[in-house]
Amino acid sequence: MARFPFSAIVGQDEMKLALLIAAVDPSIGGVMVFGDRGTGKSTAARALAGLLPPIMAADGCLYGCSTQDQARYPGVCGTGKMKSRAVPFVDLPLGATEDRVIGSLDLERALRSGEKAFEPGLLAKAHRGFLYIDEINLLEDHLVDLLLDVAASGENVVEREGLSVRHPAKFVLIGSGNPEEGELRPQLLDRFGLSVEVRSPKDIEVRIAIMRLVAENERDPESFAARWAGEDEKILKRVAKGKARLPKLEAGDDVLRDAAELCLAVGADGLRGELTLMRAARALAALDGAKSVTRKHLIAIAPSALRHRLRRDVLDETGSTVRITRAMGELFG
Amino acid sequence: MSLTDAADPLHDAVLAARLFALSPRTFGGMVLRGGSPARDALVAGLGEVVALRRLPGHVDDERLLGGIDLAASLSAGRPIRQRGLIDEATGGALLAGMAERMDTRIAGRLVQALDDDRAALVLLDDATEPDEAPPVSLTERLAFACELTHSREWRAVELDAAKGTLAAVAPLDDDALRALAATAAALGVDSLRALIFAGEAARGLAALAGRDAASKADLTGAVRLVLAPRATQLPQEEDAAPPEDQPPPPPDGERDEQSDSEQQQQELDLSDILVEAAKAAIPADLLAQLAQGNAPRRSSSSGTGQKRKAATRGKPLGARPGMPRGGAKLALIDSLRAAVPWQAVRRREAGAGNDAAILMRKEDLRIRRFEERAARVTIFAVDASGSAAAARLAEAKGAVELMLGQAYVTRSEVALVAFRGSSAELLLPPTRSLTRARRALAELPGGGGTPLALGLNAAREVAEAVIARGRSAALVILTDGRANIAADGSPGRPQAKLDTEAAARAIMARGIDSLVVDISARPGPEGAELARAMGGRYLALPRADARMIQAAINAVQPIGKAA
Repeated sequence: MARFPFSAIVGQDEMKLALLIAAVDPSIGGVMVFGDRGTGKSTAARALAGLLPPIMAADGCLYGCSTQDQARYPGVCGTGKMKSRAVPFVDLPLGATEDRVIGSLDLERALRSGEKAFEPGLLAKAHRGFLYIDEINLLEDHLVDLLLDVAASGENVVEREGLSVRHPAKFVLIGSGNPEEGELRPQLLDRFGLSVEVRSPKDIEVRIAIMRLVAENERDPESFAARWAGEDEKILKRVAKGKARLPKLEAGDDVLRDAAELCLAVGADGLRGELTLMRAARALAALDGAKSVTRKHLIAIAPSALRHRLRRDVLDETGSTVRITRAMGELFG
Repeated sequence: MSLTDAADPLHDAVLAARLFALSPRTFGGMVLRGGSPARDALVAGLGEVVALRRLPGHVDDERLLGGIDLAASLSAGRPIRQRGLIDEATGGALLAGMAERMDTRIAGRLVQALDDDRAALVLLDDATEPDEAPPVSLTERLAFACELTHSREWRAVELDAAKGTLAAVAPLDDDALRALAATAAALGVDSLRALIFAGEAARGLAALAGRDAASKADLTGAVRLVLAPRATQLPQEEDAAPPEDQPPPPPDGERDEQSDSEQQQQELDLSDILVEAAKAAIPADLLAQLAQGNAPRRSSSSGTGQKRKAATRGKPLGARPGMPRGGAKLALIDSLRAAVPWQAVRRREAGAGNDAAILMRKEDLRIRRFEERAARVTIFAVDASGSAAAARLAEAKGAVELMLGQAYVTRSEVALVAFRGSSAELLLPPTRSLTRARRALAELPGGGGTPLALGLNAAREVAEAVIARGRSAALVILTDGRANIAADGSPGRPQAKLDTEAAARAIMARGIDSLVVDISARPGPEGAELARAMGGRYLALPRADARMIQAAINAVQPIGKAA
């Protein structure tokens, strides 16, 4: 399937915004997408990776090291020359083994020459890009633990099979899944920065528009891509400007207080919620080209930043989003 | 074509197969359910026009995706690459038998290949149990699902070689798109993939018939082939009944030409016609489920955590000879140790040209073994209220004790939750300990009200904890279903009933396997209702003793079977 242009994705605004925010500030900690199959989750994630400008990485480096990485990890990369390559997008298949994810002993070299060499896994491949896991809720827990741990530390440390390897692995983790088919442990959910809920659009006109666009893309991917290139370029510029602006933006005390009050009111456990909320508001402000972070940004991003951190009560059918919106109404009017 | 009976399910399956053959990449593939002679004939016929490559269930990553052929590399002394099955099947399709038992690992690889347009699939689904099904992530990506269990056809199937091409057919117009979208909405088909498949199927049918645009009959056919098998609800009846003179669409996709004056009227009713066509084409067993208001049962394997693979994790034991494939890991040190004594001999054999540090053979390879951990935890929730206690509690205790004895042999675990009075209690966390279980049971008193909701919630929490650890859980609830204590511990039947339903729905939402054993002396409707709300099975055992309960539980829930 030809990569679908990001700007041609109809609706799903919350998901698109969350992905852009993660692109502006990868330290937010990944995006979890809840929703049914066939709602364009993987299309959107892939499209975003296709949209971002190529990165400079050491030529032939299996880890996609930048110059900073070369300095920090002299052992893995050496001093290869820089060459541009596309932002990596790694699709982690369900049922992937731990070996394939973190990397393992290179069997071939071990057997042929008795050499102890490391064969990089998917984490190495995803460095500086995106790691997408469809149906993450069905992934075995020890793998999810491992992924979140690496995503948080930005580094993959392998100590097994007589290997001792440390290599950079900074990526935006994008998980998706349908909670009705099994849930993620709350501890794991909490580690995701943002979460969004996507539904199949119910509006017939929207669905028709999507069918038409998909058919057009199937028929002639090249001219379709050309037609949307301008729009994609605009988004790309927004992300680039947002990235540049981000370090200059700081959330003021009033916004910090708002964030704390909101987290308290909805019962979001832990400091992580507040921190993510604040960071996400800041990234949104940067993306919008705003001069400062305001309550408006906080309100816009709060559902995504908090909905997966609320304590669930099975008997209370009220959705998390509703509870957050209600709390914001009471607090901020 | 040798087919005469248009009503036979094979007829539509043949149509689907012709579409699939027209453009395997566009349609992704097909699921063929039911092991009838018709299916064999269809697969044989399909094999004439599309190169089918069999995909065994035990295929390993190297064979599926390509990689180093370890055995060949060792004997040649240099790395020998092999192409994967997915690449080898390029241009054709992979054929997977017993797809309902397909490993998630393989399914994951195939999903990726489908998403990258690198593969096309034919899945043979031989499921007999309602909760067995091929992985949903795969079937979602295949356009067609054909139910051939009840086909009476047995003659050879000949698929005409495709003449037209999809590219020659014009894109669907807005009316057609709208009608398809409306039909999908009426059938509760949310996935946009399904909708896109339906549009392509309509164009494909036009291509097969040599038309350059999709006609009404093509749309009807697409709805029948793609949308109807995916229905999750029955179309709601319109407020105004459809006009009586509207003839039902011809079931076999026969062309009917409309005069221009009728064109307007036809377009207005197009979605009605499509909905009607879909209704007529919903497979019988799906129809029965939908009519009962039940959503189709999902493959339960997707919801209850990963199955244990004893070969890949657990407590390491020792190494044994074998090839590192299918997730089994090479024990490098043991393999080298096995090869060392032979080096002198092999070097003489290999001659001077071989400069490898160590000469290994396939028979040197050792793989690691791991201890298998408990595959399944069965959680018993026992109603110890006054009403149930009178006669049945002793039997329930006996059944649990028997199960536990069996669990000891089969390495599965048991947990015990009891509810009575105004609380539910985890008497026994998942365990294999016979003595602890016996003691907990013996100390279980009877009497008091029936806080069924509390009992269900407690059992669910235990099950969730079990699933979170990567094991699968099953609930067995022994109760008379007559709840009279609410979730907050206060008495009152109406609230107790509401809370029980909510608790049961929560169990269903988690997809936990459950069984309700009605232990009241005269079973009323409550027990069955409870089972339905949980999406579980129901057994009424008015006069059963411990052994009968155990036999029944085993029959429904084969606990001894390693999952």
